[in-house]
Amino acid sequence: MKVLVAVKRVIDFNVKVRVKADQSGVETANVKMSMNPFDEIAVEEALRLKEAGTVSEVAVVSAGGPQVQETIRTALAMGADRGIHIPCEGDLEPLAVAKLLKALMEKESPDLVIMGKQAIDDDCNQTGQMLAALANRPQGTFASKLVLSDGKAEVTREIDGGLETVSIDLPAVITTDLRLNEPRYASLPNIMKAKKKPIEEVTPQDLGVDVTPRLETLKVEDPPVRAGGVIVADVDELLDKLKNEAKVI
Amino acid sequence: MAVLILAEHDHATIRPATLHTVTAAAQLGGEVTILVAGENCGAAAEAAAKIAGVAKVLCADDGAYGHHLAENVAWLVKTLADGYSHILAPATTYGKNILPRAAALLDVTQISDIIAVEGADTFRRPIYAGNAIATVRSSDAIKVITVRGTAFESAAEEGGSAAVEAIESAGDAGYSGFVGHELSKSDRPELTSARVIISGGRGLQNSENFKLIEAVADKLGAAVGASRAAVDSGFVPNDFQVGQTGKIVAPDLYMAVGISGAIQHLAGIKDSKVIVAINKDEEAPIFQVADYGLVADLFEVLPEMTEKL
Repeated sequence: MKVLVAVKRVIDFNVKVRVKADQSGVETANVKMSMNPFDEIAVEEALRLKEAGTVSEVAVVSAGGPQVQETIRTALAMGADRGIHIPCEGDLEPLAVAKLLKALMEKESPDLVIMGKQAIDDDCNQTGQMLAALANRPQGTFASKLVLSDGKAEVTREIDGGLETVSIDLPAVITTDLRLNEPRYASLPNIMKAKKKPIEEVTPQDLGVDVTPRLETLKVEDPPVRAGGVIVADVDELLDKLKNEAKVI
Repeated sequence: MAVLILAEHDHATIRPATLHTVTAAAQLGGEVTILVAGENCGAAAEAAAKIAGVAKVLCADDGAYGHHLAENVAWLVKTLADGYSHILAPATTYGKNILPRAAALLDVTQISDIIAVEGADTFRRPIYAGNAIATVRSSDAIKVITVRGTAFESAAEEGGSAAVEAIESAGDAGYSGFVGHELSKSDRPELTSARVIISGGRGLQNSENFKLIEAVADKLGAAVGASRAAVDSGFVPNDFQVGQTGKIVAPDLYMAVGISGAIQHLAGIKDSKVIVAINKDEEAPIFQVADYGLVADLFEVLPEMTEKL
């Protein structure tokens, strides 16, 4: 069984993003970049399936500029077998990425495609669902548990009311939620080994996909700032303020 | 202009998030149609017809929609899309699961989690966990949009008298099925619609100590929430999580107890009217956004509050 994991290079989750003065976007120059944390969970899940003997090969794909090869290398250092880089310039929207992945699915025939439920930069939460739609395959989104057996995936999903379990036929698309697993760190020997693992380049033209954006970003602004308030001395003062000043209790 | 709203419902009633989506639709202008896709969902369709500002309700009543499977509902939306300029759903786990799938079937992009309507094709949405706000314009023929409920008032549940039209099922894709669910049962208000919320974090130390939070919640008629750290540590179930990847809330009063205030948590609470922080670490970032801060040991504060409320 073969798994394809899609990963995105994003501003590291610990970085406090800064909006550019000209409102064209956020500052990315000299900012630490990392793999989208939800995608790390996706890589980890694929590796665990391989270690359990369910899966024979884990391929990792990312689309973007030359730097995304670093992100692919990170996944290879965690233990993935090989990488696929789809070189693209400029902003890629989820629909375009889903089309690239759909074309790649036809080429690679994976039994499972896993990716994070959303990227922490644009917070779209779309690509997995879109890929499943385009490939005409079922989806298991926001997964907190994944069990494979008899050509099916049983997926426990985090939903607003609690948890829901669905059974979907393979091939399928899974998107990961936070509690699916805790991703491993790459060890130094594995980082060295990853340097020798192959990364194949496949262009959008090879895949026959038009990646032109459908959305135009007119401006990016800072959110309204919440001013800090006052420190109260004790519970009595707090309750008094809430009752008489804020009038919320 | 004509707007189709995919309603979130439990077959008997319409979920509150749908009412906020109706308000966003009203701001777009044009006729508002609500789609209720469910099984034995006549009561939900009737409830949708009463919402103020709704012109028409489409009711697709079929076993294929009994568990809101995205594969089936998205296909239904796709088959109905012709003639609509906008298709909206609440940005809940329901809408987020189904609507991007429908958008891809229509070969259009989705505009996720909008917080403001600037025009028929222009919207504002948070990016980077709410640390920046983008204004985006769509060039797609049909705008497919999920709506952040806390950014739009709720439409009135009563006042409308829309006609309910039964429509044909678009069938079952046949490759996905519902197995079961574990839904949290609680007599407390729901997080996303509660007027008062009290949330606990890592500072609570264990599941048992959440009873201290619950005691205050019961006095205030409040919903109980939690930080990601508290959920990851297993103190409370996942659906308690407030924050960018959990629930986005905007109550009149949000009390954060033993929560340091990671940016992902702050992103989910910053539209609250009043924020209270109770934490023994005076350096905790939560104090920077709190209207009222109390630097104290929560194990002393919570029982005292319960007694004095």
